[in-house]
Amino acid sequence: MTTHARKWPLVVAAALSIVALVGCTEGPADGTGDGPAGTRSDGTSSTTAPTGTITVFAAASLQQTFTTLGRRYEAAHPGTTIRFSFAGSSDLVEQIRNGAPADVFASADEANMAKLARTDLAGAPEDFASNVLEIAVAPGNPHRIERLGDLTGADLQLVTCAAPVPCGAVTARVERAAGVDLHPVSEEQSVTDVLGKVASGQADAGLVYATDVEGADGAVDGVPVDESAEAVTTYPIAVLRDSGNPALARAFAASVRSDAGQRVLAAAGFGKP
Amino acid sequence: MPWWLPVPAVVGGLFVVVPVAAVVGRVDWSSFGALVTSPASLTALGLSLGTAAAATGVAFVLGYPLAVLFARSTSRWVGVARALVLLPLVLPPVVGGLALLAAYGRLGVLGAFLDAHGLRIAFTTTAVVIAQTFVAMPFLVSSIEGALRVGGDRYERVAATLGAGPTRTFLTVTTPRALPGIGSGLVLCAARALGEFGATLTFAGSLQGVTRTLPLEIYLQREVDPDTAVALALVLVVVALVVIGAATVRTRGAVT
Repeated sequence: MTTHARKWPLVVAAALSIVALVGCTEGPADGTGDGPAGTRSDGTSSTTAPTGTITVFAAASLQQTFTTLGRRYEAAHPGTTIRFSFAGSSDLVEQIRNGAPADVFASADEANMAKLARTDLAGAPEDFASNVLEIAVAPGNPHRIERLGDLTGADLQLVTCAAPVPCGAVTARVERAAGVDLHPVSEEQSVTDVLGKVASGQADAGLVYATDVEGADGAVDGVPVDESAEAVTTYPIAVLRDSGNPALARAFAASVRSDAGQRVLAAAGFGKP
Repeated sequence: MPWWLPVPAVVGGLFVVVPVAAVVGRVDWSSFGALVTSPASLTALGLSLGTAAAATGVAFVLGYPLAVLFARSTSRWVGVARALVLLPLVLPPVVGGLALLAAYGRLGVLGAFLDAHGLRIAFTTTAVVIAQTFVAMPFLVSSIEGALRVGGDRYERVAATLGAGPTRTFLTVTTPRALPGIGSGLVLCAARALGEFGATLTFAGSLQGVTRTLPLEIYLQREVDPDTAVALALVLVVVALVVIGAATVRTRGAVT
């Protein structure tokens, strides 16, 4: 039964990945011209550029951007294949611990990366992006929500992440920083579930990441929260110790942190690490 | 029985038993009691048992007449109707959840009407019961229908020739003869309702004490505290075993 658990997020993810694919068609297009922006700023010299295949385990919130980054990397470095597995960071950590063949791990929070570092499964992690919480509301903001305090209305259907999952922990910190006591009608398992409930009109408002609002493509509007600055989520990336192709793994991780990589992430709403 | 048959049969049995036994092996017995009796766990278990019982009741009231209709009607449209009603058997539960949202959600066909009259279903315990009934009722319908078909309608025709009206025949002939089928149907339905996850998460959301049933609690705890998730999983396995055990005893009783 748990195999069906994530289908609803998957529906959203599938929709998002279509957006990502559309975005990707631009990658090879400018790649065939004078080479995509990634090649020059990668810092990898073409004579020693590693080839082969790597598998990147990345947090679900990175699906759009990393798919784009992977396509661009492959286009810029013929002979390389970058495969992805996107899921919740804690799911990915569990899979890596159980021996899943991964070369790179990009986590949506530091806690999950720390779990791998503790067991010596990952090399030194490096931060590559950050994300903050926003209020997702229906397009046009019909309930005129402007700050966190507006979410306490009795008739407002608010949805948040459950405290045990990373986005829920961030929500709790922002709540404390704002001195507001929120009473959601549902505490969801993942941030994509929260987004889905707002996008489908089931809920009036939800607390999601800025990148989720950006990726929803107009299905929701975002209301920035001042107190989010108190709880910024940092995304670390690391090459895994058991990688079969550490050279390519390091090169791809470097390309994510390169200027071109940072531009792709910024366009999706991510902040600087 | 061919001599080689036990070989794949044993493999088939192990295929199911090994993972369940492995879960039992991962239980941290020293903290099992504390983990299972935490307020969150007990709330989830209570909610699960309550909603599953309610869903089974609703499924019986709505599903039993359907089963009788399917078993006795000779209309060629019955086949189509049966296929539609049994659809949740093969539908991924999350699709069922999406369908329920489309119907009873705030912007849904019926949901918008209900919402206008001050009745909200989404994010309530009622939504959990609806989701469970939706996915579990087909088990009850097909189980009872099967029993009715095997039994045939000879006794009912005899009752009719002796002057019993349709309602009296239904209550005093059809129903008593269908009891074993009804019993196993109820048990299967309750078991399925107890394990419901996908449709609940999609349609009802997840809030402690309101919509977070045991499967949802397990899924959430797995995120932070695998020990609790495993302990709760064992509770669900035990409850499921009890339910299936009850069903087996009933079926045996019906055969002999």
